[in-house]
Amino acid sequence: MSLKVENLAKQYGRTAALNGVSLQAAKGEFLALLGPSGSGKTTLLRAIAGLEQPDTGTVEFEGEDFLKQTPRERRVGLVFQHYALFRHMTVEKNVAYGLNVRPGHSRPPKAEVKDRVAKLLELVQLDGLEKRYPAQLSGGQRQRVALARALAIEPRMLLLDEPFGALDAKVRKDLRRQLRAIHERAGVTTIFVTHDQDEAMDLADRVVVLNGGRIEQIGSPGELASAPASAFVFEFLGDCARLKGRVDGSCIRFDGFEAPIVNAGRATGEAEALFRPWETELDLEGKPGVPVTVHDILAKGAVLRAECRSDDGRLFEAEFSRDHLPPAARPGGRASLRPRRVFVF
Amino acid sequence: MRTLTAKRPASVGAYLLVAAGLSWLALVILLPLAAVFIQALAKGSEAALSALKEPDAISAVKLTLLVAAICVPLNAVFGLAAAWSVAKFDFKGKGLFLTLIDLPFSISPVVSGLVWVLLFGANGWFGSFLEHNHIKIVFALPGLVLATLLVTLPFTARELIPLMQDQGSDEETAAVTLGAGGWTTFFSVTLPNVKWALLYGVLLSNARAMGEFGAVSVVSGHIRGLTNTLPLHVEVLYNEYDFVGAFATASLLAGLALITLILKTGLEWRYAGELSASRRH
Repeated sequence: MSLKVENLAKQYGRTAALNGVSLQAAKGEFLALLGPSGSGKTTLLRAIAGLEQPDTGTVEFEGEDFLKQTPRERRVGLVFQHYALFRHMTVEKNVAYGLNVRPGHSRPPKAEVKDRVAKLLELVQLDGLEKRYPAQLSGGQRQRVALARALAIEPRMLLLDEPFGALDAKVRKDLRRQLRAIHERAGVTTIFVTHDQDEAMDLADRVVVLNGGRIEQIGSPGELASAPASAFVFEFLGDCARLKGRVDGSCIRFDGFEAPIVNAGRATGEAEALFRPWETELDLEGKPGVPVTVHDILAKGAVLRAECRSDDGRLFEAEFSRDHLPPAARPGGRASLRPRRVFVF
Repeated sequence: MRTLTAKRPASVGAYLLVAAGLSWLALVILLPLAAVFIQALAKGSEAALSALKEPDAISAVKLTLLVAAICVPLNAVFGLAAAWSVAKFDFKGKGLFLTLIDLPFSISPVVSGLVWVLLFGANGWFGSFLEHNHIKIVFALPGLVLATLLVTLPFTARELIPLMQDQGSDEETAAVTLGAGGWTTFFSVTLPNVKWALLYGVLLSNARAMGEFGAVSVVSGHIRGLTNTLPLHVEVLYNEYDFVGAFATASLLAGLALITLILKTGLEWRYAGELSASRRH
């Protein structure tokens, strides 16, 4: 294990930003810290970078006690949400900064600095923009400069704090792909903070889901989707609906119908079932299920989403591929809604 | 397009309003300024020049420059330190600190001078101690410097604080994680980011340091050729009915003010560009 975080806690006044967080990252691993705002993900990242001193706990990197080291001794590359480029320096100077501030004996010669800057700018596909100032670049370009600048010091770890948070959707997606490619080429252990579950699932080898300063679950994107550890994880990873029922073995019985429980054995008796819109069926009125009124059919990318309301006003959604829309899914019509399978926590 | 049309005076009324504004400006600023120069030259340029060549006038110029030369750098350093601490760190009593910085703006300069007399004057708190050790503060250069320092205290800090708050500390954090030490970060990131605002603040405090009358008047003691700064020298000459001398010296001050104004305008032009660049950033 290259990074080992053990029992980290940090208190701000009366609120606990981190509350006994432990995690590990293997060399070259790509880790996402996922959580809503206030979940402690940024505090955790800053503690690893050395910008925040935790109250208790340990951070070890390749056997070294990181908490005893200053940020510069840790030599981690940090990328910020708002780029934090040096505004009075050109792109070239920005990227070279980490090399130029090294003490005399370890500072590489000018020609080598220039060479490395050129290589890095090529890596982030910004060659030709050496002489521009940050204000003359687009958001996506700025973040790529920031990435090159962080990589210039040959960091032992790359830490990214909501790196795509300030960019629009299209640029976001391009950069995601580039980041993945750069990570594969550089092979550096990378940790990035995000509140966007798609981004985390798309990029990371493993995702750490944080909530209220605690870790809810650590797992690969596949594990998170197929075996969520808590209702929080399940809800955070995608839209879902809730329905009360009675657990009976590996099934849950509702009013006049039942559904299999994916994670059976966790709850007994009265319980609440959670299920996804894409694991929900709409049947004709009178069939087993929750009686609902279909309000609208919305096009959502490759799928159609039926928005339904039960008679007591609760919102349910059901998703279908475009050519498999059931006959019951008509705006204004009545229907019976039934989960295909559910999770119970 | 809309801003263009909005900027063009649309009617006779608008033209009248502009004319009224300009006449007011001429009446309260240009006319007195012109009067200063005209009075100075009332008995010819010879008389005006000889008033400036007088030993007392020359020593007043020297003293004024000396006081400014001591106060302005001290002020710049304090302003930077204050702005740095306010903008980049959170600490208890920040609000009180900001209020204290503003205090010299709101108290009368006479009070700013008087406090030093109360502290260091012959009958002041430390008066007997100072007399005993033959240290002169009031009615000497140290008193003038202290009074001027107090009056000009907010100028640099007030220029820098909003800018540095706006810029935040992300760039410094980035520099530190890239391996820069504290001083390197300051000189390569913080200082270049605020250099124009700093220069602007220095210019403003310099103008005030040279022109200050009230506070300096209290601590100076008006010893001709020794503790009279330019503004005090003007007053002395005027009270002695030496109008040409008074106005010649006053036009020297007015000239300094005009130079400051030109530099300030130039800087504002530059500095506005920097600011908008940072906003776009």
